[in-house]
Amino acid sequence: MADVFQATVRIFRYNPEVDTKPHWKEYTVEVEPTDRVVDVLHKIKWYQDGTLAFRRSCLHGICGSDAMVINGRNALACKVLMKTLGPKVVIEPLRGFRVIKDLVVDMEPFFAKYRSILPYLINYDPPPARERRQSPTERARFDDTTKCILCAACTTSCPSFWANPHYIGPAAIVQAHRFIFDSRDQAWAERLRILADRDGVWRCRSVFNCVEACPREINIKKAIAEVQQAIITGSRDL
Amino acid sequence: MNYHKFETVIVGAGGAGLMAALYASRGAQTAVISKLYPTRSHTGAAQGGIGAALGNMEEDHPEWHAFDTVKGSDYLADQDAVELMTAMAPEIVFELEHMGLPFDRTPEGKIAQRRFGGHTNNRTGKPVMRACHAADRTGHMILQTLYQQCIKNNVTFFDEFQVMDLLINEVEGRVVGVVAYEIATGELHVFHAKSVLFATGGWGRVWEVTSNAATLTGDGAAIAFRRGIPLEDMEFFQFHPTGIYKLGILITEGVRGEGGVLINNEGERFMNRYAPTVKDLASRDVVSRAIYLEIRAGRGINGQNYVYLDVRPETVNKYFAEDGVQGPDGKPKQVTAEYLLKKLPDIIDFCKTYLGIDPMQEPMPVQPTAHYAMGGIPTNIYGEVVIDEQNTVLPGFYAAGETACVSVHGANRLGTNSLLDIVVFGKLAGQRMAEFARANDWAPLPQETWEPTQAMLDRIRNSRGKERAARLREELRRLMMDNVGVFRTEALLNDALTKIRELKERYQHIAIDDKGKTFNQDLIEAWEVANLLDIAEVTTVSALARRESRGAHYREDYPQRDDEQWLKHTLAYRQPDGCIQLRYKPVVITKWQPKERVY
Repeated sequence: MADVFQATVRIFRYNPEVDTKPHWKEYTVEVEPTDRVVDVLHKIKWYQDGTLAFRRSCLHGICGSDAMVINGRNALACKVLMKTLGPKVVIEPLRGFRVIKDLVVDMEPFFAKYRSILPYLINYDPPPARERRQSPTERARFDDTTKCILCAACTTSCPSFWANPHYIGPAAIVQAHRFIFDSRDQAWAERLRILADRDGVWRCRSVFNCVEACPREINIKKAIAEVQQAIITGSRDL
Repeated sequence: MNYHKFETVIVGAGGAGLMAALYASRGAQTAVISKLYPTRSHTGAAQGGIGAALGNMEEDHPEWHAFDTVKGSDYLADQDAVELMTAMAPEIVFELEHMGLPFDRTPEGKIAQRRFGGHTNNRTGKPVMRACHAADRTGHMILQTLYQQCIKNNVTFFDEFQVMDLLINEVEGRVVGVVAYEIATGELHVFHAKSVLFATGGWGRVWEVTSNAATLTGDGAAIAFRRGIPLEDMEFFQFHPTGIYKLGILITEGVRGEGGVLINNEGERFMNRYAPTVKDLASRDVVSRAIYLEIRAGRGINGQNYVYLDVRPETVNKYFAEDGVQGPDGKPKQVTAEYLLKKLPDIIDFCKTYLGIDPMQEPMPVQPTAHYAMGGIPTNIYGEVVIDEQNTVLPGFYAAGETACVSVHGANRLGTNSLLDIVVFGKLAGQRMAEFARANDWAPLPQETWEPTQAMLDRIRNSRGKERAARLREELRRLMMDNVGVFRTEALLNDALTKIRELKERYQHIAIDDKGKTFNQDLIEAWEVANLLDIAEVTTVSALARRESRGAHYREDYPQRDDEQWLKHTLAYRQPDGCIQLRYKPVVITKWQPKERVY
């Protein structure tokens, strides 16, 4: 393969069993331009240093396991190609969560916030024999936010979240948006009440880091703004 | 030691496990144990749709769906199970919709459907619109929706726990629990249960080029196999025709459902020659073989090992016109780039990210990719694991989803039927295991529970050999790709078997770098390699014995289907001495006698 190059990969390392504090470790890896960052992490783990820990599963940006900070930006390791980074790469765990080991962080607080916004369809009417009808326009209303894979790239890129870990964060708002604007849902007002809390949507300072971080290209700021507007107007018919 | 007691324990949190959890938890205390966070499960990677004869777009019937499935299976599916699944399909798709699944919609607000490989109008033989979809992320939406419902119903989860053993009370002949390794801490947990379900997914990672997640290493099937439970029809593993060249990432059949076509180096739409009626929408085994035959004949693109999948609007419209495809208004059907962007956003994103090409401007380079296990842990239609030719139930043990073999897919699965399989049989198994838990008392755990697992892990941790598990895995995957792939022969399979056994011997001398307890994936991956080796061996042994070609199992030395000898399911058992014994059980035939399969 043409254009193979040597990359220097600096990785945040921390193993609570042996380390008193985190440190950096540097690896030299031969890479192809089309290698994903996750391929490079695998090359290190498999053939240089098996102690390196990171999550991954689907390897093509749909499972949300391998969000991390790559050269200062939040991204999925399986969606960033080495040719876009060049020969020097720095990899850190997501910010704002407890590090379990190396690039693996404790996701439980993140999922707790997800659970807090009632992330399921609530409809009190008995279901019909066939599907509930929904027009293509009604369906399109919340299409963007159905793409979320709960990778936490957005929430952990948000300065408001860094400043206040109680802030519910963009990912939970995106998930709430997916139900609030679903014409079949009847608990949207309840969700708006939850998000109007002091640690809810008003903590958003429109920094837009989340929009840049989202590997699914969801327009997160728009979703947050729509939720804010729904709270102000008391209506989801914006 | 950590000890837990739940009436029902479900292993795996993909679509089958979560659907089972929803139903089991209504009638019994239920725990779900998963090696991943549930939303990371590979159900989320399914793209194109879930099959159900709703008839929302055009005439369709569950019986047509049943026949297509049986024909797709090359007549190896059990027809009672197929009839049940396809009959339940519409109600279960509506159930998913009621749970909140955001399906695409028709102008009247009904669930939208599209064409898929092997799904036909049984009168005309032409493709029918049966695949209910949410853009090209149908699996993602199913996984999300089922997980949401589990949260709503307060299902108990043990996330990032790797189940490593199945506990059997030999005296009572019942499965009574599992042993799991907590990945974050390295501690072992014993789960005592009345009923256990394995919904642990497939094993595409046995092959070099695969659409499967890195975590799909056949854990559940390998564990069951080592505990003496047979594996059914392991020689049947599906290669999906359209994986991204080299990477193997799935490009949904929905691309061809929306009108995309396969093109060789001569610019020819070659499926015309292989399947004159449905062309690019023939079933997957047929299309994958056709691609390889084109490549062998030197008609791969620029002589390379790939062909083009072309879904540019001008190409689609050209072939719609050539095929006389009509829209709902009766006029010749036409698509626009805008429409395709809405229907196929993710695969367009994949191509841009990984290949730097825009499928609206350029065709996609594709090759067959190891995709789906038709075989697995044998079950009846209630998800109960059955362990012999008479379908004797092993009480307390259940399996559903890709790791199970009901068998609704036989020798080749139709697209959209995996998502249907997981929700239908996940539901039935969940109901059944809760009933079993209500009707039966606790059976005691065996004398030894966690000890064999601990000993096995210590062996890997303390081994001072020179082999790296990753190296063995790499060699195994290449070997399986070359020798036990789309085309097979006696010589290739024998060679594979010899080499797999060499790899198994070398596996005894592996060493790992990470000796710690915290998030030790080095250890987990080494353990997974043992699973891959066992699965590869049983696949090869089963394939070697079957001297015929049927569905995904194609023997160049026996190119014909042989119903006289081989219309039967393989059951592979591991003997106490490690040898594999093969037995066979009959196929259930209700309505459709085997006949020649032409698309």
